[in-house]
Amino acid sequence: MVNIAELQAYGYFTLTILLVLALYGYIYHLYSTKKDVDGVDYESYSDMALKDDIDDTPVSPKSDKEK
Amino acid sequence: MENRPLEYDYTIAKMFMFTTILLGIVGMLIGVILAFQLAFPGVNLILGEGLAEYTNFSRLRPLHTDAVIFGFTLSGVFATWYYVGQRVLKVSMAESKLLMALGKAHFWLYLVVVVAVVVSLFAGVTTSKEYAEFEWPIDIAVVLVWVIFGMSIFGLIGIRREKSLYISIWYYIATFLGIAMLYLFNNMEIPTILGTSASGESGIGSWYHSVSMYAGTNDALVQWWYGHNAVAFGFTVPIVAMIYYFLPKESGQAIYSYKLSLLSFWGLMFVYLWAGGHHLLYSTVPDWMQTMGSIFSVILILPSWGSAINMLLTMKGEWQQVAASPLIKFMVLGSTFYMFSTLEGPIQAIKSVNAIAHFTDWIVGHVHDGVLGWVGFMIMASLYHMAPRVFKREIYSKSLMATQFWIQTLGVVLYFTSMWIAGITQGMMWRAHDEFGNLAYSFIDTVTVLHPYYAIRGVGGLLYLVGFLMFAYNIYKTMSARPVEEHELQNASPMGA
Repeated sequence: MVNIAELQAYGYFTLTILLVLALYGYIYHLYSTKKDVDGVDYESYSDMALKDDIDDTPVSPKSDKEK
Repeated sequence: MENRPLEYDYTIAKMFMFTTILLGIVGMLIGVILAFQLAFPGVNLILGEGLAEYTNFSRLRPLHTDAVIFGFTLSGVFATWYYVGQRVLKVSMAESKLLMALGKAHFWLYLVVVVAVVVSLFAGVTTSKEYAEFEWPIDIAVVLVWVIFGMSIFGLIGIRREKSLYISIWYYIATFLGIAMLYLFNNMEIPTILGTSASGESGIGSWYHSVSMYAGTNDALVQWWYGHNAVAFGFTVPIVAMIYYFLPKESGQAIYSYKLSLLSFWGLMFVYLWAGGHHLLYSTVPDWMQTMGSIFSVILILPSWGSAINMLLTMKGEWQQVAASPLIKFMVLGSTFYMFSTLEGPIQAIKSVNAIAHFTDWIVGHVHDGVLGWVGFMIMASLYHMAPRVFKREIYSKSLMATQFWIQTLGVVLYFTSMWIAGITQGMMWRAHDEFGNLAYSFIDTVTVLHPYYAIRGVGGLLYLVGFLMFAYNIYKTMSARPVEEHELQNASPMGA
């Protein structure tokens, strides 16, 4: 008979492994695709800080009509 | 109205800059008094026997910690949010009357809470939970302030022009969510007037008193899950948000690797929440939980160094800026101290090291090299960068800033080195025993040996406070310094002699 504490321990262990896999998967994804779903190179997002005047062009505008 | 060019609105940022400086002075001044009280107990009676109740160490200590955590640091977080948030989202607070009203409500209600905290702690009204001393009526007000802060964050995000959220925004959101969760769970409490004792008494104590819903080991676990993550979401996450914006902006350099910043973020979020158990090593909490706390603390080096190295590499090829600009000096040293304290922390969390370090001054030293060298330096650097832009004037004095940097750096070094020596000496003396297992030293033996280090710590703290007063003066004078043109504000901040 499995008690609740044992179940928690297995659950905890499984969750940790899954989160580790998710994190490594994310690292692999970032460095293999290099670009996000909008086709913007991740590295160009640094410009959000460097070109942050109110009339600077956004790196990826929220929508075309708001640009 | 339509023809006037749109500008960022820094009204709220300025208000919080003011409380950052004011509460920084208060918190650090009390800290210096406390340090000298430990070295010279007579200082407990600094205002005479009659007022000893208000000036003794135990009454002032929570005022020091709460003033620097919830006063200085949080004000700094709010001030930078109301500055950075607008800029990286490319939207002005002036575009939304609602957001301006929320921002003002945020500030004034925060100020009310600060007054309530100062008065109640001076009066000795406390729940006695470390870093969570506020009684329930104040807790409710704190939650309200936090909800308004959240509405400000998500409101501004809602009307943004930039589709993606800059990495700093991720960290600000994490600060909001993390502290919301921690504060609510750790402060679950029942007002004593609602309770009934075992013997049937009801309506016990004053209306504002409460007891925690947790007891014993559970209380310790929740308390240190909260306490350690207050360090995570108060002293680390929002400060990382600041450096990811202010260092690239001030130096004009793109972040070395934006991808590294993203994965460090998730790494930090994943690991930090599990590390609090290291505060309870060798206590009554389950052994596996202690081991987990140790292991996660050691792993924590990776995401912390991921951010810190990313910042140092951002300066690649531009190191002459460190020599040229005191503002860059503050940030690069801040980042270095971040690396240093995130290496020191994991070392202390290893069980065998903790056997010596636990309850000693080494822990106090660790906290302070983090908050003085990293948090304090980054908040001051952020305000220095903001000052010319919100006041449209150059920083009053570059040389004053450089002098301040070196005085404070010396102060931090004196602080943590004295606490290292004191802490390790203390730990070794406590556990020393003769061949029969009798303790070799009594408590007062350690006090005698530690006295010089306590005095050095006091001097270190005093130097830091002096530097902070120079900072306050420099910002104050900046408000009436030479006006500057827009183009001077692109990257490196303009500074007067």
